[in-house]
Amino acid sequence: MPNVSPSILADYELVIGLEVHCQLLTQSKIFAPDAAAFGGEPNTDISPITLAHPGTLPRLNRRAVELAIRMGLALGSHIARYNVFDRKNYFYPDLPKGFQTTQDKTPICQGGQLEVQWRDQASKQSGQALVRLNRIHLEEDAGKSIHPAEASHTLLDLNRAGTALIEIVTEPDLRRAEEAGAFLAEIRRLVRYLGVCDGNLEQGSMRCDANVSVRRRGQTTLGRKVEVKNMNSVRNVQRAIEHEFERQVALVAAGGQVVSETRLFNADNGQTYAMRTKEELNDYRYFPEPDLAPVLITDEFLQAIEAAMPAMPKALQAQFTGQFGLPAYDAEVLTDEKSTADYFLAVADGWPTGATSRYKAASNWLMGPIKAYLNETSTDLATFPVPPARLREVVDLQEAGQLNFGQAAKQLLPALVAQPQRPAAELAQQLGLLLAATDEGALLPLIQSVLAKFPAEVAAYRKGKKNLQGLFMGEVMKAAQGKADPKKVSELVRQALETA
Amino acid sequence: MQIDRETLQKIAHLARLNLAPADEQKMLASLNNIIAWVDKLAEVDTNGVEPLTHATLETDTWRPDVIGEPLPRARALASAPDHDEVFFRVPRVIE
Repeated sequence: MPNVSPSILADYELVIGLEVHCQLLTQSKIFAPDAAAFGGEPNTDISPITLAHPGTLPRLNRRAVELAIRMGLALGSHIARYNVFDRKNYFYPDLPKGFQTTQDKTPICQGGQLEVQWRDQASKQSGQALVRLNRIHLEEDAGKSIHPAEASHTLLDLNRAGTALIEIVTEPDLRRAEEAGAFLAEIRRLVRYLGVCDGNLEQGSMRCDANVSVRRRGQTTLGRKVEVKNMNSVRNVQRAIEHEFERQVALVAAGGQVVSETRLFNADNGQTYAMRTKEELNDYRYFPEPDLAPVLITDEFLQAIEAAMPAMPKALQAQFTGQFGLPAYDAEVLTDEKSTADYFLAVADGWPTGATSRYKAASNWLMGPIKAYLNETSTDLATFPVPPARLREVVDLQEAGQLNFGQAAKQLLPALVAQPQRPAAELAQQLGLLLAATDEGALLPLIQSVLAKFPAEVAAYRKGKKNLQGLFMGEVMKAAQGKADPKKVSELVRQALETA
Repeated sequence: MQIDRETLQKIAHLARLNLAPADEQKMLASLNNIIAWVDKLAEVDTNGVEPLTHATLETDTWRPDVIGEPLPRARALASAPDHDEVFFRVPRVIE
C-alpha cells in the first residue's frame, strides 16, 4: 500500500458510481421454471433451458417484472412501457448459452434517485447526499465456478444460472466511501422492505461493484475508472473504495496513469488486485433477444403493482408516531429493519386502539432487552423465537402492575426464549416474578407498617424533607420482597405521606 | 461496408472459431456477398421508422412464477463432454 500524504490526497476528488445486483425473491428462475433456491445440492436446480440445450426457449417470469417495477417505483424511476431483452455475448463457462440475457436498450426502470445520510464513525462527520440513478434493469445471473487448487479443470455448479436479478446502476454521484456505504445500506433496507431481495451481502444474494476514479479538485472531466468487485459487506465496500482512492492518487500524483481494469478486493489485507483471467476482451455485441417477445407494461399492470406496494419506512414512522403515539426516536429505531417494524405491528395489532402506554412499553422491550439479546446472538427478529403475542402478554402484565420491567428483562426474557410456547404469566409465576403485592389492598398494610417504623422520618418528610420518600420506597419494596410495581408503590407511598 | 481480414479474424476469435488460413479468402468473399446483399436495404429511406426487433406481433408471453420439475442431475451431466458425479468440468479458466 503506497503511503500518500493527506495533503496530496486532499488535492484529489474521489468519484464513485455503484452497480448493485439484487437476486429477486422469485420462486423460479427468470426464464425457466427451475427453483431459484440458495444453497441447494450443486446442479440440482437446472433444466434444459438453463443448460441452453438446443431447441429450448426462454419464457419470462412475470413476478420478476413486478419486483423490478416495485423497486423502480420506490426510487422514483420512470417505468419503461415497452421492454425488450438483449443478448450480451461473451464466452464464460458459467454462462451456458454463450450470452447473458439482459436489458441494454430498454431498462425497465429509468432514472430515479435516493437520498442517503452518511456518518463517519472515526471523524464523527456526517452529511447527506442525493444519488441519481441511471437505471435498473432485469437480467439473469450466471452459475458458479469453482477452481480446485492445482487442478487443470474448473468445476461448474449451474443452480444459480438463470436466477432473476435486477442491476441498479447509479450515476457517478458519490464522493466519499461513507456515502457509498450508506447508499448500499439504504438499498438493502429498501429491498428488504419491498420484499424484492433478501439483501444478504455475505451470501451474495446482493452484490455491489464500485466504479472508482479520481481527479484533481476543480476538474470537471472524469478520470479513468477502475471497477472493483468482490466486496461482501457494506464495510468492505467502504474499505475497498478507500484503498482504491489512495492507490489511484499515488499513481496519478507520481505522474502515472490509472489502467481501466477490473480489480478484486481482498478483505484479509484491505487491498485490491488486478483480476487475472485469460480473457479481457470486452466486445459484447448486444442485440435484441429474438426468443423473448416484447413486454408491454399496461396502466392496469402498473396500478396493480402500486396498490400492492408494502409500507415503506417513512410511512411506517408516521403511523408509529401518529396512530401509536410513539416518540419520533422510537419510530425511527423500530422501522430501521423491516423485521422489527413487522414484529411491533404484530404486537400492537392485538390491542384496542389508543393503548398508548402499552405501545410504548412494547417499544421499550424491542429497543432495549430484545435488541440486546439479538445483538448478543447475532440474530434478528425474523428468527426470534418469542411470538409477538407473548410479548403482548408480558406488556399486559406490566401494565396491570404484576410485573417489574427490569426484573422481567433480566429473568423472564431468557425463559421466554427457551420456552416460547408457554404463557408469559405461567413462566413469570414459576420464576417468582409475578408480583403478589400488586393491588392497593395488599400494598397499603405494608406501607402503613413501614411508616409506623419511621415516625421521625415521617414527621421530617411532612415538614418538607421530600427526598426522604426514597427511604420509604426502599423499605416498602424490601417488605414486598421486590415483587411490587415501583410505580404503584411510589404513588401509594406519596398518597399515604401526604394524607395521613 | 467491406469486411477485411482483420475484422474476419476478430469475429472468428469472438465466436471461438479456428479459421484455417486456406479458408480465409473463401470466408471473406462469402461474408462480403452477404453484407452486399443486406446493404441493399440501406437504399430504403428509414427515417422515422422504429427499429423492428421482433418479427411477430406477439407480446407478454410471460409465465407465472411457479417451480417446475428439474432435470435430474445425472441426466444433465451425462450430456456434458466432461463431468464428475456432481459438477460439470471445463478447462481451467483462471490462470
